[in-house]
Amino acid sequence: MTIDDNRRSREALLARVRTALRRDGPDDAARAAGRAAAQAYLAAHRSGPRPALSGDIAGRFLRRATDMSSSVERIATFDEAPSAVLRYLKTVDALPAAGVCWPEFAAQGWAGAGLDVESRPTVGHDALGITGCFCAIAETGTLVLVSGAQTPTATFLLPETHVAIVRTDRIVPAMEDAFALLRAEGALPRGVSLVSGPSRTGDIEQTTVLGAHGPRRLHILLVGQ
Amino acid sequence: MQVASMHFRERAHDKLHDAQLQANLRMFKDKFVPLRRDSLAELDDFEATREAARAIRQRALDDLDVWLEIFDENARARGATVLYAQTPAEVNALVLEIARRHDVRKIIKSKSMVSEESGLDHAIEAAGLTVVETDLGEYILQINDYEPPSHIVGPALHKSRDEVAEIFHVRHGTAKKTGIDELVGEGREVLRDHYLRADMGISGGNFLVAETGSVVLVTNEGNATLATTLPQVHVAISGIEKIVPTLEDVATLMRLLPRSATGQSISNYVDILTGIKGPGEFHGAEHMYFIVVDSGRSAVLGSEVSAALRCIRCGACMNHCPVYQNIGGHAYGWVYPGPIGSILTPMYVGLENALDLPQASTMCNQCGVVCPVKIPLPDLQRKLREQEFERHLRPWYERMALKGWGWLARHPALYAFASGVGVRMLRALSGRNGMIRRLPFAGGWTDERDMPAPAGRTFRELYKARAAR
Repeated sequence: MTIDDNRRSREALLARVRTALRRDGPDDAARAAGRAAAQAYLAAHRSGPRPALSGDIAGRFLRRATDMSSSVERIATFDEAPSAVLRYLKTVDALPAAGVCWPEFAAQGWAGAGLDVESRPTVGHDALGITGCFCAIAETGTLVLVSGAQTPTATFLLPETHVAIVRTDRIVPAMEDAFALLRAEGALPRGVSLVSGPSRTGDIEQTTVLGAHGPRRLHILLVGQ
Repeated sequence: MQVASMHFRERAHDKLHDAQLQANLRMFKDKFVPLRRDSLAELDDFEATREAARAIRQRALDDLDVWLEIFDENARARGATVLYAQTPAEVNALVLEIARRHDVRKIIKSKSMVSEESGLDHAIEAAGLTVVETDLGEYILQINDYEPPSHIVGPALHKSRDEVAEIFHVRHGTAKKTGIDELVGEGREVLRDHYLRADMGISGGNFLVAETGSVVLVTNEGNATLATTLPQVHVAISGIEKIVPTLEDVATLMRLLPRSATGQSISNYVDILTGIKGPGEFHGAEHMYFIVVDSGRSAVLGSEVSAALRCIRCGACMNHCPVYQNIGGHAYGWVYPGPIGSILTPMYVGLENALDLPQASTMCNQCGVVCPVKIPLPDLQRKLREQEFERHLRPWYERMALKGWGWLARHPALYAFASGVGVRMLRALSGRNGMIRRLPFAGGWTDERDMPAPAGRTFRELYKARAAR
């Protein structure tokens, strides 16, 4: 058995599944009907029951993100981001004011605020990673980060501190809405990461410890009203 | 993984007398249950969500061949290679062939129960390659000479911090730590280096999405995200039953999976991975393989316990099981412990190799009540018990006893007389507190605890007396 003649395994496996489902006869019509029903189900994109989210979804996002151990600060415009980041780093254990950011924030004026931020992917030696996000989910306080040439994935994984800049008008109520937005953009990106708070583990005595492998802390700057 | 399920009785007995394990189990049993309950209260309608989740999983199983084909087409269209393994041995062979094809020397892994079925780590090491588990719990067990996992969500929950500290001290050659924070920190440092040097990442798959040809990975540590983003090759290994049709279906299931598992509203990292690295991308796998595994699943699909394939591996059934709570996961002797394990293990390794597992139940149905995809676990256990009886796998004295009872039950007057004598004898054996401390010839009932004595009259006697009033 090799990768190249795996087709035989595939056919044998599918044959056993069809036998189990009692549809192993040569009835093409029944198969075509099953296929058509599946395609119809896919096209409908039906949602299951969703908790009602009423009122201020930015407020809900803020509360849920805080529940998931993210910290959140609201700022009026992108221009305030550098000073807000510096302030945050100073208040938490005087963290190093150096790191990397996604290209969209390359010209944000970090140096002016006293930050040493470079626009490049990280290979693991940077203390701070600054990203945007595709959208955010109010129901669970979740960031939706998608991979791409302009959005290198490791920026929100390897640094000890992740700062995410989120536009208030990109907050959607639930995961289903985020998927609808993604679909509207075309093909699904290679990586879609739904990130809710810093990396954590409860593997030793069920005691939660932050910073298991990825960031120890996640700070969210919420831009706009 | 070696099957030790035929030794359930002896192992359960040993676990009940393992003081350290009992202390660790006590710690864990009071935590999960209230956390789950409280987090489910966040949903407006838990029962409706649960019914939707059941329907999603059942829909996938009812047309599994169709969904597998759709998944296959969509995954290939995005540049992934989709491979099929009929047996555990084929899983290992495919992984090793992929590793050879890409000159892989070092492999990092995020948690995959399917790969435990085939003992993949041992096969990788036997081929002279290095493999490192990255889920902290799995890592602790790996460096402790591949101790088997005892829980599908928290594989090392049977270990205390002191035990972990000792393992780290010995295996890492570092000063012995005391705090859980420090232990996690040490794990982080050691594993970080492995992530950065690995040539290939292996993951399991919480769901395979037919619509998009994606794999969904759910973790709190973010280890699956790292293990599938940094190396140039990603292999996702998943059972055929893990298919779900759409992303909306994933959203519904994700309202229940973390809440049922750990009482979280959402897991910290949910990754939806589709195909290979795009143009201009710095990170991401250049080569993406799926290994879709049968290993006994198609046989379950055609059986009377097929509902077990709806399982989304949350672990709620074991967290709520009085048997699991008292003996832990190791006594079950294979990959999947607890109520779901008592169905899947006999189905995957053979009923004759796991005779006691369908019996390891009080039939209290706690597992059935909490299951987020409504698997009727006690009903399935009962079906396997029937199969054991029909296949003459039960001991002769049990068959005799059942035959005797069956005969008696068909003679009502005799039955009333015998049960009347029986309950009075049991009453006479009890102490002043209404408990029986020792039963002759049935020490199994009373060696570990006292048994409540019956009221002294049979149900029928009491019913008659009540009707006369």
